[in-house]
Amino acid sequence: MPVNPSRHAHLVLSSRFENIEIAERSLVDLCGQAGFSGDDCYWLVTALREAAANAIRHGNRQDPEKSVLIDLRIHDGEVLIRVEDEGEGFDIDAIPDPTEPDYLLRPSGRGIFYMRQFMTGVTFSRSPGGGTVVEMTRRLEPETRSSGNEE
Amino acid sequence: MKSEIRDVDDVRIIELSGKITIGTGDVKMRELVDRSLEDGQKKILIDLAGVSAIDSSGIGEMVACYTTVTKRGGQLKLLRLSPKINDILHVTQLITVFDVLDNVQEGLAAFK
Repeated sequence: MPVNPSRHAHLVLSSRFENIEIAERSLVDLCGQAGFSGDDCYWLVTALREAAANAIRHGNRQDPEKSVLIDLRIHDGEVLIRVEDEGEGFDIDAIPDPTEPDYLLRPSGRGIFYMRQFMTGVTFSRSPGGGTVVEMTRRLEPETRSSGNEE
Repeated sequence: MKSEIRDVDDVRIIELSGKITIGTGDVKMRELVDRSLEDGQKKILIDLAGVSAIDSSGIGEMVACYTTVTKRGGQLKLLRLSPKINDILHVTQLITVFDVLDNVQEGLAAFK
């Protein structure tokens, strides 16, 4: 049975850490439906969790009245993850490299580093409302398709 | 995240399983290490064999635990990393900070 490579999900989540699990399940399901699994899916989930956690903690400051909007798309083997918060934005250039010796033992500040390590493209912009929009892409390799969904 | 604690001689072994992630596992790991120090156990071995994922908050808490234990004159070492947790420690360069052991015997011997 041929695999339909185009999949899409849109989530509106209140700013609670437990809702990250919902985002994770949605992405895993989407990957499975599109015929992908394995290591690529693991690292996609890792990056998504970081973006969602940043939106909840730093963007929306854990205000459950504020939403995190998540778009997940898989098309022709490429995954696009978009996470938008309702915060006040931040200066990406002010985030230090956590692998620098002065920052290596800091307990925080690795979220964006995680995203950049595990995705091939990561961009930050401002939403019309002033919040942060993170867009991440990663191309899935054919050999990571789960065997049950291959043609 | 689930945990089990056991003491072998003067070494506290903390076995973790599941996810060490924001809001749950990260806090629990910190509590387990704090409790070990309160119990007078300053040689701490964290067994990560059953850990499926660790996010940046989990890694951050692990670093904070390492710093706290070291400042109190103790030692914190890691045991049995899965390949993915090993990858994460390498990309974050924290593999240069932590002592990582492959099995319990090596872990216990590392404190001698």
